[in-house]
Amino acid sequence: MKSEEKIPILRIEDALLASIQIPLHDKLALEFQHDLMVSIEKTRAKGLIIDISAIDVVDSFITRILVEIAGMASLMGVKTVIVGLRPEISITLVEFGVQFDGIETALNLEKGLEKLRVWKSK
Amino acid sequence: MEIKVACEYDIVIARSAAKTEAKKLGFTIVDQTRIATAISELARNIVVHGSDGIVRIEAIEKGDCKGLEIWAIDRGPGIENIELALKDGWTSGGGLGIGLGGAKRLMDEFEIQSEVGKGTKVRVVKWMRN
Repeated sequence: MKSEEKIPILRIEDALLASIQIPLHDKLALEFQHDLMVSIEKTRAKGLIIDISAIDVVDSFITRILVEIAGMASLMGVKTVIVGLRPEISITLVEFGVQFDGIETALNLEKGLEKLRVWKSK
Repeated sequence: MEIKVACEYDIVIARSAAKTEAKKLGFTIVDQTRIATAISELARNIVVHGSDGIVRIEAIEKGDCKGLEIWAIDRGPGIENIELALKDGWTSGGGLGIGLGGAKRLMDEFEIQSEVGKGTKVRVVKWMRN
């Protein structure tokens, strides 16, 4: 069902950018993780930015997927920044008790790229 | 409104319906997000543990207070130790282990009844701040 769904992965500077625009489900999440790791290998990207500004609900499932992606990318030597958390999502996540363990976040794409550049220059 | 919950896609349908209903009643965007996130967890619990069930969403009133009441009911295996299931960090479904406890924190009222072998009923309410 709906296997034609895919999350596009774009190149921006020497980072990869993926913007999640559709609700993730198990199968799509696994494909997304796989596509990202293959893209990292292929492009030799140094950073990964995941934009979640189009997501209106971040539950424990999507949090786990994001934490896993950051962990996988880190094993491949790539830093991950999650960008675009809406105010209501940040408030809910803290009350909910979710921890973005080991995940870097930034307000938007621009700030996310800035963060990656700072790491690179270190 | 009643939504059948049996597969992953139904989780999205249930939480979108809850959010739409909350918006219609006049809940703030933060409250809409709290409600939708809690329902997402309850519906996922049904899919992961309960095989199939329903989510029922209803507008309620108590005096001058308006609220949204949501039931998540399944005919799954039931929860043996509810106290443990509500504890952060405990999971039997491969998640983060904050689902039920987290949902409880996001809502104003939270009740759970479960019978091993019969199923689980969760009732949550969010009241609108006047």
